[in-house]
Amino acid sequence: MQRDNRRLKLLTRRAALVAGGQVLLLATLAGRLYYLQIVEADKYATLADENRINLRLLAPPRGRIVDRFGVPLAANRQNYRVSLIADQVADVDATLDAVASLIPLSGSDRRRVMREIKSKHSFVPVALRENLSWDEMARIEVNAPELAGISIEQGLTRDYPLGDMASHVIGYVAAVAEKDLTGDPILELPDFRIGKNGAEKQHDLDLRGNAGTSQVEVNAFGRVVREISRDEGSPGQEIALSLDAEIQQFAAQRCIAEGSVACVVMDAPTGEVLAMVSTPGYDPAAFSAGLTSAMWNELLRDPLNPLSNKAISGTYAPGSTFKPMVALAALEFGISPETRVTCPGHFQLGDSVWHCWRKQGHGTLDMRGGIKNSCDVYFYEMARRLGIDRFAAMAKRFGLGATLGIDMPGEKAGLIPTRDWKLATFGIPWQPGENISCGIGQSYITTTPLQLATMVARLVTGKGIVPRLTRDAGIMKPDQVLAEPVFAAMGVAQKDINIVLDGMYAVVNEPGGTAYAARIKEPTMAMGGKSGTSQVRHITQAEHERGVLKAKQVPWLERDHALFVSFAPVGAPRYVCAVVVEHGGESAGGGSAVAAPICADILVEVQKRDPGRRVPGGQVADRVSTRS
Amino acid sequence: MTMSHLDLGRRRELTLPEKIWTINWGLVLLVSLLACVGFGMLYSAANGHWDPWASKQIARYGVALGVMLVVAIVDLRFWYRAAYWIYAIAFLLLIAVEVRGAIGMGAQRWIDLGVIQLQPSEIMKVAAMLALARYFHNVNIDDIGRPLLLIVPVVLVLVPAALVMKQPDLGTALMLVLGGGVMFFLAGVRLWKFAVLIAAGGGLAPIVWRFLRPYQKARLLTFLDPESDPQGAGYHSLQSKIAIGSGGTVGKGFLEGTQSHLNFLPEKQTDFIFTMLAEEWGLIGGLALLALYTLVLIYGYAIAFRSRSHFGRLLALGITVNLFLYVFINTAMVMGLIPVVGVPLPLISYGGTAMLTVMFGFGLLMSVYVHRDARIGRPGDADG
Repeated sequence: MQRDNRRLKLLTRRAALVAGGQVLLLATLAGRLYYLQIVEADKYATLADENRINLRLLAPPRGRIVDRFGVPLAANRQNYRVSLIADQVADVDATLDAVASLIPLSGSDRRRVMREIKSKHSFVPVALRENLSWDEMARIEVNAPELAGISIEQGLTRDYPLGDMASHVIGYVAAVAEKDLTGDPILELPDFRIGKNGAEKQHDLDLRGNAGTSQVEVNAFGRVVREISRDEGSPGQEIALSLDAEIQQFAAQRCIAEGSVACVVMDAPTGEVLAMVSTPGYDPAAFSAGLTSAMWNELLRDPLNPLSNKAISGTYAPGSTFKPMVALAALEFGISPETRVTCPGHFQLGDSVWHCWRKQGHGTLDMRGGIKNSCDVYFYEMARRLGIDRFAAMAKRFGLGATLGIDMPGEKAGLIPTRDWKLATFGIPWQPGENISCGIGQSYITTTPLQLATMVARLVTGKGIVPRLTRDAGIMKPDQVLAEPVFAAMGVAQKDINIVLDGMYAVVNEPGGTAYAARIKEPTMAMGGKSGTSQVRHITQAEHERGVLKAKQVPWLERDHALFVSFAPVGAPRYVCAVVVEHGGESAGGGSAVAAPICADILVEVQKRDPGRRVPGGQVADRVSTRS
Repeated sequence: MTMSHLDLGRRRELTLPEKIWTINWGLVLLVSLLACVGFGMLYSAANGHWDPWASKQIARYGVALGVMLVVAIVDLRFWYRAAYWIYAIAFLLLIAVEVRGAIGMGAQRWIDLGVIQLQPSEIMKVAAMLALARYFHNVNIDDIGRPLLLIVPVVLVLVPAALVMKQPDLGTALMLVLGGGVMFFLAGVRLWKFAVLIAAGGGLAPIVWRFLRPYQKARLLTFLDPESDPQGAGYHSLQSKIAIGSGGTVGKGFLEGTQSHLNFLPEKQTDFIFTMLAEEWGLIGGLALLALYTLVLIYGYAIAFRSRSHFGRLLALGITVNLFLYVFINTAMVMGLIPVVGVPLPLISYGGTAMLTVMFGFGLLMSVYVHRDARIGRPGDADG
């Protein structure tokens, strides 16, 4: 009993110690709970939100590009794609295998995905395949629970209703290349496309819009449970171009028939470009979807150079289309339009001889005759009297030989040579003989089709018209009074301009004019113009003596370019059109035979539609007056 | 002698209605309250559904409650006699797990009896307490100092602990060793002997380390620096702390725990259920639960010292200590105070065997209360 009592006392003492220890430990637990839930609560609340809340970027829909009447030239179309977020995938290879067992996934797709995963933030989705069929989408969705980090997303693909008929001027969008990455995460979104050419590139930043964000709650496996908040961002701005889709389409169809052609149609008083064509074109949608290297190489190797926008990037010797500039310079210099020059078919200066395109000569001609017949000898003589610097200055005033600042990437300057330029460039002084060939727009002189159209626009308006492709005021609206752009006067005497324009009238509308065959017979729509042939290959003296080869005997790439610049209607010129047909100089008539009919057809169409004055609803503000 | 051995003394036997009347119904209520908290948390763990956990747990609790009450009215002297047999059965089951245990949760812990999956290591926790209580009941206070007398109880604890560790189940092994240690302490083993044991244990640590499984090593290492590998082995610990901490003072509300419901929290229905409770009910809920357990512990101590038999006192204290170890190891683990070891939260975590053994333990505790006046003799005790 005594032993039991001692044992009980010992047990009681020790049990009290154990209980005391337990109280201490329980207090520790309570303290720990307090520390976690009160002291560190904010830190863990933040961590909890970081765990479960993902911020996702939403690509804004790209702005549309429309023509002057609001007809879409570039728009967006729905498309489904499957993408992968590397962050949420344990084993990328295994996941790709699993996806490949459900939908076709090519080896090159897989290599691209691996490459993209390496170069992008791991939380950014990487597209595995675009344009899924409904079946493929369903297969992925059904197996979604086993495919952590894989999701189906809706995207927008760029659609180009005019296709290759406006490919250069609209341009295209394509996936962001590594060199385009600026650190802006929106550029890393899988479906994000940026403008790579044409208006798409020119207005890329406006068209892009601002990225939206979506806060989503995800579970531990990265699957989205719900959306907490969403900021749609702002869609890209709509860009209105001055183009008229109908004219663009008509001109493109007309040009493609002649092979490699550049064409610019302009509303002269406003400088608005109504059509800008470069054939052959390409399919801009193919770039958006992703071009295969085979397609790309084919485009690169094509001798017709479909990737180049020849209307602004092609530089051609203007040939005889340059003659109005020489005529104007002569008039301004004080040479009378009545001054007569006799053309025996050739022109001699010192020991050198230059030929007229008409071997038998034109006889004696005044300025009107010189322009009408495009007599080379007449302009050789004018150039000799003026010297390069005088008519080069006139050409520059009319927009040749320097970029016009058109709102479109890729504009080339061309070249109008001067004495100083020659000395600075080659270190050799200007030779008197060089005046001669420059007088007919050959030699160093190169211009773009846009410059030629601008030249005519300045000629018919007497103002320093600057071409524009964007309508800042948006599409044309009924009853809208727009301030016509103000252009400074050219400072050239109107009577001089009238003389040149009269010559250009004669070229088309009088028998014997070089483009008489291409005249517009409808009197209210008659055009004036000037033909030109641009020598591609230097014709040697020996060849002249043997007789110039017939064009058909010359390989296509060495054939001359055919040019025509025109305006209509002749009484109150409003529309201008410049056409260059590469290697189209089939006959001695040059531009007249192939380029002039294109201009005529287009100008008829333009005058019928009258897009410069047409307002929505098909009304035309006032009819073009007949020739005075 | 055999008569006096199990002598009731002057007291007469209680009738069955008397026994039932004597059962500590306050404790039954407290235990049921804890079980109900568990049902609620399991309902929440299934995102507001009774299936798959809460409904099963309720059924199990019903069975376990019956078992507890039956155990409570069975004479304490029966449990005294059966102590070694129960230990032997638990030990054999543990061996059986080694031989033909099914693989569950990456560890051999289960015996599949078809109807129920038995976890012998859980049973051993109660069985060891019974065996130790009986053993020390029979050692008088003067003999407790004899080292040879300690060999048998040390073997009783360490052999199953080693088997459990081999399964591997670090948590249960830890509970067996700590629970056994407290029993030794209560029995009157000198403190310096514990010091020797702890020193020896310290010496053994490098050897034990070599026997640990890679995941156990990883858990120990990440316990020391949990943020070092947030996606790897430290994930459980860190996610648990995030969930608890983000609960704040009042919690996110019932069914509103984001971390547990979005599956950032692993094993939310079993070992990490306290985390979910703390996330949804906050500091207030967590402390309330700890207070409930503390009340149960107080009951345990009170029952122990109302008992007139040493066996009853030791058994009651052992079961109380066992419950404390369950609660402490589990909550300290989910709060990042100790490494992640697999110990469930009694009465709350989903799991059949743990529920049954814990309730069996409460049954024994109540039996000690019901039969508090029973005298259990010792061999050689002259006075009855």
